[in-house]
Amino acid sequence: MTCDVVIVGAGPAGLAAAIRLRQRAPELQVIVVEKGAETGAHVLSGVVMDPVGLDALLPGWRDEEDRPLRQEVVEDRFAFLTRERAFSVPEMLFPARLGNRGCFVGSLGEVTRYLAGRAEGLGVEIYTGFAATEILYDETGRVVGIATGDMGIGKDGQPTASFTPGMELRARYTLFAEGARGSLSKQVIARNGLDRDSGFQKYGIGIKEVWEVAPGKCHPGLIRHTVGWPLDRHTGGGSFVYHGADHLVTVGFVVHLDYANPTLSPFDEFQRFKTHPSMRDLLAGGRRVAYGARALTEGGWQAVPRVAFPGGALIGCAAGFMNVARIKGSHNAILSGMQAADAIVAEPDLAEPRSYEAGWRMSAIGRDLYPVRNVKPLWSRFGLAGLALGGLDMWAHALAGGGSVLGTLRHRKADHASLRPRAEVTPIAYPNPDGVLTFDRLSSVYLSGVNHEENQPCHLRLADPLLPIRENLPRFGEPARLYCPAGVYEVAVAADGAASFVINAQNCVHCKTCDIKDPAQNITWTPPEGGGGPSYANM
Amino acid sequence: MKTILVPVKMVLDSNARPRVRTDESGIDLSGMRMSINPFCEIAVEEALRLKEAGLAEEVVVVSIGPAKAQETLRQALAMGADRATLIEIDETVEPLAVAKLLRAVVGEEQPDLVLLGKQAIDDDCNQTGQMLAALLGWPQATFASAVRFEDGRLLVTREIDAGLQRLSLPLPAVVTTDLRLNEPRHCALPNIMKARKKPLKIGAPADYGVDIGRRLKILAVRPPAGRKSGIRVATASELVGDLRAAGIV
Ligand SMILES: Cc1cc2nc3c(=O)[nH]c(=O)nc-3n(C[C@H](O)[C@H](O)[C@H](O)COP(=O)(O)OP(=O)(O)OC[C@H]3O[C@@H](n4cnc5c(N)ncnc54)[C@H](O)[C@@H]3O)c2cc1C
Ligand code: SF4
Repeated sequence: MTCDVVIVGAGPAGLAAAIRLRQRAPELQVIVVEKGAETGAHVLSGVVMDPVGLDALLPGWRDEEDRPLRQEVVEDRFAFLTRERAFSVPEMLFPARLGNRGCFVGSLGEVTRYLAGRAEGLGVEIYTGFAATEILYDETGRVVGIATGDMGIGKDGQPTASFTPGMELRARYTLFAEGARGSLSKQVIARNGLDRDSGFQKYGIGIKEVWEVAPGKCHPGLIRHTVGWPLDRHTGGGSFVYHGADHLVTVGFVVHLDYANPTLSPFDEFQRFKTHPSMRDLLAGGRRVAYGARALTEGGWQAVPRVAFPGGALIGCAAGFMNVARIKGSHNAILSGMQAADAIVAEPDLAEPRSYEAGWRMSAIGRDLYPVRNVKPLWSRFGLAGLALGGLDMWAHALAGGGSVLGTLRHRKADHASLRPRAEVTPIAYPNPDGVLTFDRLSSVYLSGVNHEENQPCHLRLADPLLPIRENLPRFGEPARLYCPAGVYEVAVAADGAASFVINAQNCVHCKTCDIKDPAQNITWTPPEGGGGPSYANM
Repeated sequence: MKTILVPVKMVLDSNARPRVRTDESGIDLSGMRMSINPFCEIAVEEALRLKEAGLAEEVVVVSIGPAKAQETLRQALAMGADRATLIEIDETVEPLAVAKLLRAVVGEEQPDLVLLGKQAIDDDCNQTGQMLAALLGWPQATFASAVRFEDGRLLVTREIDAGLQRLSLPLPAVVTTDLRLNEPRHCALPNIMKARKKPLKIGAPADYGVDIGRRLKILAVRPPAGRKSGIRVATASELVGDLRAAGIV
């Protein structure tokens, strides 16, 4: 079937674009496809949200009965951790751009469900439980839509009794709003050479739990970020702890995926982080109620590829509009969706939404990303010292009115190329989980509500099925076992000593880390049968 | 048969991980994924198969629940049902009140067959079908694992402890479905699009003159106690020793 605009992904970017399109041009038929069984089921974020996006998209939202954000940030802490202690950095030392005053603590799942309601009210058609699995091109190479996946294909690749074919959705414009490392976005970037000038995108993995804490321990609106322990000086990342309503506290940890030690496990770093005295205190007597993980883009300003191409555009984190210094991307996701929509409405007959491409660097998105552009490269090169340099660079920026003595530093390596051979590193040993404060992967994945139809082809494709055992295992100890936050990858050793690579695809929470970090780039994440994946409620 | 009526319930999805409210008043459903009750989905599928075999003319679905249950009805319409009715109410309705509301709907629709799930997976009551049959004075066959329609009678196979039981019943009748009756179809995207345009009527319990007042009181809802972590034993005799020590053997 044919419509005006088809949007892949019902996250903040896709929904903002859909809303804006119908606000400005109610005659357009706008269709959104979302692989999660419900809107928000695959969305995971902190979230401390900068309201600038919502304010622009739906100006009256703060007065609405069903508004999704209610709790403003009331106290903003930042600390450097050592194993035993936490050294606070006073709020007045933060460069102003990093402050969180005026931001809201909430859940991005709730925000997306609210946006979906508004979008449907405006006549947008949202189809959940359908993954876009293929990009449609015309003979000139222009993107002319997408196709959704077949359902009811068995493990052996043959149709089962419940086979239901996918469907082609053709459109004048196609917007890719798949979030970080989108499976189709990746293809459209490669085919159109969109990253020719931007170089490498950088990523992190964020792992998150929601805790119901003991009475008196939750201070709604209090947020804390930390760097330092348990990561070593060379590994980028840190924690976030956001206090919400109802005794619920979000506890999360980000590890930059350019880490070098193949024995590092982001999941276990996070578990270990919770044993810090300051965290033990907060979580004692509490109960973990939710778990999930998702990759985020970290390359920032200089890593954003060309965002427009013939027939469509990339929006949100599919384009990489994440501000890593603030760990915020949802506001830019909304703003970029709006800008792409405006370009489509203003120039309906152009080959591509050109004014979006031309305009974002001068817009609020550019102003948000430009001043922090050197934080990530400095952090990658010099570890924690680099982070401090990044902070100084931002101060210099603020004082000198916009310039940086460093210019714009480029990212030097793709994340998959940063691992060192196992023989050259000190292996990291992690403590066993205690089942109270720290957990194993399986009990965690259970809480993500993950589910996939069992009888379907494995959605984690190996270009060379033997490579994990032949190359990754001897050289790196097969790091997939450790970076996957859902225990999908295992190396099984038979009685005769023969090793084999096992993929428990039904546990996959769609974080995309394997697609990013596999040193040989041998793993490709593809969308499984629609509706499969986690069932996040308010992540 | 002219009409098959299929009541469907929206329930917490079986993969959702709900949180019991701290005040023990119930489960916090905010943001939780809701779905069609799996047994109801099987009932819809069976009704559609009867219709597709030319044995019924029309499949009508009805739900009693909050406004969001329209999505559940739309799913049934996307599977192939012809029309839907929502009796909108936010509070939980007990099985007897549901059965009385359904009796009123039966009065309106005059179906030859009411096909329901044997139970809803949220409260596991397993009462509604039986109560409805009693209120209507109709024959009933519960836990159906196969349904055939021959010479104006329904032949229903039931899975019971002793084996398989076959029943033959005249119409109109009430049948409740078991898990093995069939495997529901996927909803294809074009059918979901079409289902948006199928008729969906919304009413209120008062329109049916039914008293839905609660007769049961929930004292407290608590999560099950967490499982203690296990230990690994090296030998069978160690296992037996530990089981003895725990007083299990
Ligand atoms: C741990 C963590 C913490 C964060 N904290 C914050 C924070 O505090 N504040 C903040 O502002 N930002 C934060 N972010 C970033 C923020 O979450 C992202 O910037 C934001 O979610 C991007 O929105 P999006 O719409 O581009 O993509 P997403 O939110 O990722 O949404 C993409 C949607 O597309 C769907 N999709 C993907 N591929 C397909 C396909 N092929 N077919 C159909 N559907 C598809 C997905 O299921 C998903 O629903 C955080 C991110 C992480 C991982
Ligand atoms: S298999 Fe890949 S995408 Fe899935 S959870 Fe593991 S690392 Fe993430």
